[in-house]
Amino acid sequence: MTKPTRHHDDNGVAVESAVSRRDFLKVTALAGGGLLLASYAEPLEAIERLGSAVADPALSAYVRITPDNVITITAKNPEIGQGVKTMLPMLIAEELDVDWTQVRVTQGDFDPTKYQAQAAGGSTATPTNWLPMRRVGAAGRQMLMAAAAQQWSVPVSELTTEKGVVHHRASKRQATYGALAATAATMTAPALDTVPLKDPKQFRLIGTRVTTVGITDITTGKPIFGIDVTVPNMHYASFVKAPVYGAKVASANLDAVKALPGITHAFVVDGGTQLQGLMPGVAIIGKNWWLVQQARKQLAVQWAEHPTSQQSSAGFAAKAKELLAQPAQRTIRSDGNVDDAIKTATKTITADYSYPFIAHAPLEPQNTTAQWSGDRLEMWSGTQLPQPGRALVASTLGIKEDQITMHMVRAGGGFGRRLNNDYLVEAAWIAREAKVPVKLLWTREDDMQHDFYRPGGFHRFQAGVDANGTLVAFRNHFVSFGEGDRFAPSADIGPGEYPARFVPNLKIESSVMPLGVPTGALRAPRSNALSFAFQGFIDECAEAAGKDPIQFRIDMLKKEIPPTGAPLTPQQQAGLMDAQRVIGILEMARDVSGWGKTKLPKGTGMGVAFYFSHRGYFAEVVKATVSRTGEVRVDKVWAVGDVGSDIINPNHAEQQVQGAVLDAMGQAYGQEITFTGGKADQSNFAPANLTAGNASTFSLLRIRQAPPEIEVHWKKTTFSPTGIGEPAMPPLIPALMGAIYQATGKRVRTLPLSKTDLRWS
Amino acid sequence: MPITLKINGASRTIDVPPDMPLLWVLRDELDLKGTKYGCGASRCGACTVHVNGVAQRTCQLPVSRAAGADITTIEGLSPDGGSAVQQAWAELDVPQCGYCQSGQMMAAAALLAKTAKPTDAEIDTALNANLCRCATYLRIRAAVHRAAEIKAGAPVGGASSKREED
Repeated sequence: MTKPTRHHDDNGVAVESAVSRRDFLKVTALAGGGLLLASYAEPLEAIERLGSAVADPALSAYVRITPDNVITITAKNPEIGQGVKTMLPMLIAEELDVDWTQVRVTQGDFDPTKYQAQAAGGSTATPTNWLPMRRVGAAGRQMLMAAAAQQWSVPVSELTTEKGVVHHRASKRQATYGALAATAATMTAPALDTVPLKDPKQFRLIGTRVTTVGITDITTGKPIFGIDVTVPNMHYASFVKAPVYGAKVASANLDAVKALPGITHAFVVDGGTQLQGLMPGVAIIGKNWWLVQQARKQLAVQWAEHPTSQQSSAGFAAKAKELLAQPAQRTIRSDGNVDDAIKTATKTITADYSYPFIAHAPLEPQNTTAQWSGDRLEMWSGTQLPQPGRALVASTLGIKEDQITMHMVRAGGGFGRRLNNDYLVEAAWIAREAKVPVKLLWTREDDMQHDFYRPGGFHRFQAGVDANGTLVAFRNHFVSFGEGDRFAPSADIGPGEYPARFVPNLKIESSVMPLGVPTGALRAPRSNALSFAFQGFIDECAEAAGKDPIQFRIDMLKKEIPPTGAPLTPQQQAGLMDAQRVIGILEMARDVSGWGKTKLPKGTGMGVAFYFSHRGYFAEVVKATVSRTGEVRVDKVWAVGDVGSDIINPNHAEQQVQGAVLDAMGQAYGQEITFTGGKADQSNFAPANLTAGNASTFSLLRIRQAPPEIEVHWKKTTFSPTGIGEPAMPPLIPALMGAIYQATGKRVRTLPLSKTDLRWS
Repeated sequence: MPITLKINGASRTIDVPPDMPLLWVLRDELDLKGTKYGCGASRCGACTVHVNGVAQRTCQLPVSRAAGADITTIEGLSPDGGSAVQQAWAELDVPQCGYCQSGQMMAAAALLAKTAKPTDAEIDTALNANLCRCATYLRIRAAVHRAAEIKAGAPVGGASSKREED
């Protein structure tokens, strides 16, 4: 019997392997003649331990078929704009063989006794649900056909289904699923792991462009977001934390604040020392959020000294320079002998790359509504990780998790920010202390200054090519943040970083400096930053080798160096980049973009990069024009993705790719968070007339900066489908930098590009 | 002091401080939650409504200055999503997270009221103050063009489920 494999991905999201997970179907008759299909799964250890008496099976799907032939499917995962509330039900509907117009989708609450893996992060929903969801639909279809076969006394093999109707063509009989549901509920549920699935050629829904479930709620401004939640007697809260992360409150003029109009409470929250938990601060509560903000302006807090106040961006840069000049603290990977190979190389190059801290800045600021009744806590929040969120609240407040009910509401953007649950624990604490229901709503300034930032980083590269233009030596010294062997969250690097495995003499090393600033996963964590440095330097290697940037990469990928050292675990093996798939997307990108076949005017260039992250493969070509005064304009982007055999909803997949491309452009153009005296300098968005952030503001891409066209192409392969929220992001920035280099002859090795003078004549 | 507002064709009287921004009056006093808070500094456009037909940020607009004006919010653009802009937004499935889209649609509707057939450049100028963190900008542009067609009498397509050509 296969053991289920469970590991944690880049975002700390538990990923269960779909192949080794065993799901079971539970079928219940509904009053009035309906049918409820619920699949559940338990870790095999639990089933073996408990036998068949598993008390609260964790459902991975929940389907209701009612006599009116309406199919209601519960969507279990948090919706943050990635389209999962549309995609997961599509998988069930496909195999059930119902028409999408028959399907109603409802959002499930957070409930680990019913659903498993309710999370949004790591592009995990597709690979973990592709088979389990389809099997539920397929099993339901089998039971409905069995019911029809019994009613009509015909063999099941003579039955077909279409659009929620079972047909017996020979006798011209037909019945809707709704009419068959009551009988189907009495049939034996088939085993999910052997239920036959459709041949993908028969798909009617998967692969079609399906519109967002609930689109009209968005276009008519319905109150569907966390910020829109209201409960009776709701009060509004602001939580003022120290600008220096973790500094405690020494004193505050609470009495003066409490006396201000509309204010009902003001108190100090001691908080703890864990950056991901409840931080110290002052809570101000009133009957009106705007009046709370007015009172906040009168709040005077003395913050206690905190060691992080000694940290600054200037200090990080100075320390990085010092560390880069010393031998690295750790070796992450070492193949061959890089020092000797550099000495004997025909040509060597070296370059330093660096990139800043950046904020997530989802447009909906963090918020949570919390309501206590007795010892029970009810919460509404757009968190990406409700399960760890509930656990954090329970442990911080000293209550049991089952005292907490969590409602999942649509989030106004995630991008990884809502993988952390600080706002959740703040709201729970404040509501308990104030003894009133509370909606905690952060200001934009709170959000930007108390993020879990994408960490900055510093890289020194060295490489050598031989007389044939082959890359024979490659060294990376990555200066990052952390302590000892531990990297700060999302500030790490792994031994698989390309070009590892494709260069005979290669060394990846790291050194770290301490960090008191919170960091965390931002869309395509690690990859979003490492791609800029590694793919950027690979472009320089191609130039040193005198080769075309695409051909140089392809040639290298065709020559994998046989692995030495300890054999990889099967899981490590499965996580390795597949060189053939990379070659596939690079060749397609070359074809669709007309690479090397277009005569470009001076000031215009094309650049390319690829990246493998979150199980997905993307190659992107950027065409950009740089004016003589140094302004960059992206003319067009070609994005080629290989995320397996099927694009479940091309409508949303295309959106995710275009969104990731533009998100990366925004980062490249002008995003930077700097720190002075242990606190973030930027506090709000840059005004619309600026194309980049500055000393006090942070820029997001604006419509004027968006190119006219981003072509999205899919390289369909035989692999099982994987997720799309993240992998399209990493290649864009290095591809853009390649285009800028071709246009101007200037290499951008520091982000954002507003720091590099790109004027040319 | 009571202030009377004309919102979505109806007269509403509230008793709030005169310097309270219209955004918070709409959201927390009048329960019109389609208008969103994003920055409080007139930089993101999530709080865009029409004041006398002009797209305007409400997060810094004192309610006293809106008294007597004709105010239209997303809820008043058309309650059932039937306006040209809302139909185009649904047909092209513009939103990802959706949070900024009320503001985007209000800005687009104000543009189309003045300019029946805007160019890409005109769209970019009119909507540049509206941030979309998910960066749905290409579909926003296309949807403004589509809304212009719908306003000019083009037939309206429905939300779709079409097979993708390989």
